[in-house]
Amino acid sequence: MNLEFTPEEIAFRNEVRAFIEENYPDEIKGLGAREDLTREQFLAWHKVLGKKGWSAPAWPEKYGGTGWTATQRYIWSEENARVDAIMPLPFGVSMVGPVIYTFGSEEQKAQHLPGIRSGDVWWCQGYSEPGAGSDLASLKTTAVRDGDHYVINGQKTWTTLAQHADWIFILCRTDPDAAKPQEGISFILADMNTPGIEVRPIITIDGSHEVNETWLTDVRVPVENLVGKENEGWTYAKFLLAHERSGIAGVARSKRGVEKLRQIASTELIDGEPLISDGEFARKISQLEIDLTALEFTELRTLARESQGKGPGPESSILKIKGTEIQQRLTELTLEAVGNYGAPYFRGFSEDGSNEFGIGPDYAHHAGPAYFNMRKTSIYGGSNEIQRNIITKMILGL
Amino acid sequence: MDFNFTEEQSMIRDSLARLIREQYDFETRRSVVESDAGWRPEMWAQFAELGLLMAPFSEEDGGLGGGAIDAMVVMEEFGKGLVVEPFVPSVVCGGGFLKHAGSVAQKEEYLAGIMSGEQIFAFAWAEPKGRYNYADLETTARKDGAGFVLNGHKAVVIGAPWASHFVVTARTAGDRRDRAGVSAFIVAKDAAGVTTRDYPTVDGRRASEVYFENVALSSEHLIGEVDGALSLVERVGDEATAALCAEACGAMGVAHAQTVEYSRTRKQFGVPIGKFQVLQHRMVDMFMEHEQSISMTYMATLKLDEPEIERKKAVSAAKVRIGQAGRLVGQQAVQIHGGMGMTEELAVGHYFKRITMVDSEFGNVDYHLKRYTDLCAAEMAVAAE
Ligand SMILES: Cc1cc2nc3c(=O)[nH]c(=O)nc-3n(C[C@H](O)[C@H](O)[C@H](O)COP(=O)(O)OP(=O)(O)OC[C@H]3O[C@@H](n4cnc5c(N)ncnc54)[C@H](O)[C@@H]3O)c2cc1C
Repeated sequence: MNLEFTPEEIAFRNEVRAFIEENYPDEIKGLGAREDLTREQFLAWHKVLGKKGWSAPAWPEKYGGTGWTATQRYIWSEENARVDAIMPLPFGVSMVGPVIYTFGSEEQKAQHLPGIRSGDVWWCQGYSEPGAGSDLASLKTTAVRDGDHYVINGQKTWTTLAQHADWIFILCRTDPDAAKPQEGISFILADMNTPGIEVRPIITIDGSHEVNETWLTDVRVPVENLVGKENEGWTYAKFLLAHERSGIAGVARSKRGVEKLRQIASTELIDGEPLISDGEFARKISQLEIDLTALEFTELRTLARESQGKGPGPESSILKIKGTEIQQRLTELTLEAVGNYGAPYFRGFSEDGSNEFGIGPDYAHHAGPAYFNMRKTSIYGGSNEIQRNIITKMILGL
Repeated sequence: MDFNFTEEQSMIRDSLARLIREQYDFETRRSVVESDAGWRPEMWAQFAELGLLMAPFSEEDGGLGGGAIDAMVVMEEFGKGLVVEPFVPSVVCGGGFLKHAGSVAQKEEYLAGIMSGEQIFAFAWAEPKGRYNYADLETTARKDGAGFVLNGHKAVVIGAPWASHFVVTARTAGDRRDRAGVSAFIVAKDAAGVTTRDYPTVDGRRASEVYFENVALSSEHLIGEVDGALSLVERVGDEATAALCAEACGAMGVAHAQTVEYSRTRKQFGVPIGKFQVLQHRMVDMFMEHEQSISMTYMATLKLDEPEIERKKAVSAAKVRIGQAGRLVGQQAVQIHGGMGMTEELAVGHYFKRITMVDSEFGNVDYHLKRYTDLCAAEMAVAAE
């Protein structure tokens, strides 16, 4: 055991840092990851990375992965977090991509993997339905075989950023008579331009348009778009969820968040002194950082196991629970730090949500909405209650 | 000891509850909040008609003879309905200053208007760098002959876009943050040198940045003692805080009830999610937090006329407890609703936002915990002498 980077790793860090410095697009500098970016803003960095061959580091090399070690991937996240980089969205790179290269046909790999890597094709995730959230296997959307096509009918919901999407991966019921609900499900890919797909916005409590209802009415999709075998979609869906969870810890981003919080607390005043000099508040930041360190080293242990070919197993639920609790706490403390200036609301008030009216400090103007928005993290990706159920069953064996 | 409400108080509660039910349903509120005005003056007129705006004032002052408990009753109902109209800024704060310290002439000129709803006050105390400290003032009122000249910038003045008048705190003597040297003034919004920048707040209300540039004031605008208004400001601040606690109680109660109801009807894994024990216990925790918040609100409201230290301790204790309770109740209400809790369309998220923002008004948990601790230390020091 050893915490030090090798000289090669340090060289790698320097290379990565220089690359980011030189190539991170000017037009998205300082924006940070937010729900209300344009499609171009979301994709700007992804496209640069695609050209460089760094957009999907975790993929096997033969599909365009970088072959980096766990430590290199760790360095990669850290260096990106340093500049608040807007990273490639998970739906293509971390979700459907791995499903396609693991279970898909050669044609599907050839058709889809390049677009995912380059950032030219935007994917969204059609899992949840109004009646099927935590109990995903109870989903009702059907796909019925009709000659060379599946005809899909049903409603998906909470589809993140579907308004920008080119393709969607959909869990559909193909065998309504299967003995268990999990057994009759298939994993199907659909072009969002297919007639019968309609996307309707859902506005969330922070005022942003991040999620959507996706209505599917007689959507005809070629049978070639079935991934793997018919009625075995649940296996692929679970495989994908485990991948989704491990990315969700967001350690590097949260570390950067703690840094920013410290800056805010150094600027905000309490009785004429920086808030950071207030013992109570400083201890809260310390506590958060300690929790984050515990998460970081838990993630590093998990990655080390993974690089020996184990996992991601149910341990990834720890990363999801702790990671999201920390992300939420960060926004909670930020809102607390900004005091009275947490109240002004800028969306709709100034076109682009910027603080052009100069009301309160810049760092305050998104504090409330960010806190409200982050409540989602303990709900999505398998709620934190469901994660605890997974640990109960899979690890404790209860 | 008596925890019953008077007949008048029960009547206020019932008629206000009916009015809100009939004219302040969630969809109506949403469209009002999103409208240009952001409130309904005609609703304010109806509140006046019901007598709400005169309820907390003595009969001598032209009121109905009630007090802080009446304000508590009103604000709890406001909390249940997520009412945005400015009862705390105008009636509790503006009215509070006048009731405690207004001259006969001032009461005549302003208090009658507050009670009839024709005048609306907002309380301009917070400043960009002052956080929750009432004495941390950069705003100054320079003495100028018999009058004053007011200069400064007040931050996030709730209800200011709808106000006709402000009560403004300013330094008239001493150094920044000194207890002595603080004065309070009544300033008409249309006075020369007053400008505002209005904006919505994250929880559906309206506020302004208010700027004063060489605003000429006379001694008639002064409310309370010159250089010695801090105790008055703190007293009114405490009354406002207690009223906000009541509002939070109302909002928490609804958020909890809606969550329990949702858990009865929302099914996953073939059963209502309310059957999952982990959620049951959490809803029990929410229930206990809400109950304790009500207890603390009563306690603090009943102690508002006690000597200063006792009053401050009571109000701080309540605000601490309610800040903590609000966090749990608000967060869990959203959590248990799942994705639905995240939507603008459902009321529960709006309750969550309002409950959240109560914490940062008139001092958050940390501020009041510190104030409480400092007061305990002061008491011990006195006892030791
Ligand atoms: C912002 C956001 C983005 C999303 N993006 C996507 C997306 O792109 N694609 C997609 O398919 N889905 C997406 N989702 C949906 C998300 O996966 C679901 O919200 C989640 O699975 C929870 O389902 P639900 O909302 O129906 O809540 P429910 O399943 O109804 O749960 C309600 C509450 O009950 C609890 N609960 C449920 N079952 C149990 C149990 N057995 N034991 C204890 N507690 C339980 C839950 O934890 C929760 O607190 C998104 C959700 C949000 C909020």
